[in-house]
Amino acid sequence: MTAAVLPVVIGAFALAMLLAAWRLLRGPSLPDRILALDTLYIDSLALLVLVGVYRDTPLYFEAALVISMLGFVGTVVLSKYLMRGDIAE
Amino acid sequence: MAPMNALPIWLDALLAALLLAGAFFALVGSWGLVKLSGFLRRLHGPTKATTLGVGAVLIVSSAWFTFTRGSPSVHELLITLFLFLTAPVSAHLLVKAAMARDPSLRPEPPLTQTSKNPASASRETR
Repeated sequence: MTAAVLPVVIGAFALAMLLAAWRLLRGPSLPDRILALDTLYIDSLALLVLVGVYRDTPLYFEAALVISMLGFVGTVVLSKYLMRGDIAE
Repeated sequence: MAPMNALPIWLDALLAALLLAGAFFALVGSWGLVKLSGFLRRLHGPTKATTLGVGAVLIVSSAWFTFTRGSPSVHELLITLFLFLTAPVSAHLLVKAAMARDPSLRPEPPLTQTSKNPASASRETR
């Protein structure tokens, strides 16, 4: 049952990433674009975990972990840059 | 693909339901990001709904590898913990950045404290 549902769920996450990419390209303000990037990295992390379950290999954990950490750092850095016009104060 | 008889049927159904719920919440989050008007409204979708959907997917992955491999798989708990710690922080920073760029997003200050002193009240209202 899980194996039957997995392709549907992977497709749903891909669709969610497409919607976020639309907001990234469109998004009227710069914080909108940062928010879309934030959504994109979280969705891609979930997509990696799902592919790991689908192919039954634990190799994708570390990639997902690295994406979660670097994505958070990227969001923080971009927000700080918008706030202060500088990253390292 | 893993052999499907490795999982008991109730766990298989539970994991499938969790996967569908996770996909639903991720879609709701991204749809809210596209559909809602105004940055502060759009912020709700990804930071809450998508985080919940990804959390459900990580629970499914942890249970799947725990039961198909026979040994506990706790890598996903690390990602879950990190994600649930960082999502509110990044949302807070995004709101601060948006308010720094556009002060009209800032809500009206309550007038009960400043109404006694007209000078400070007029200074605090934009």
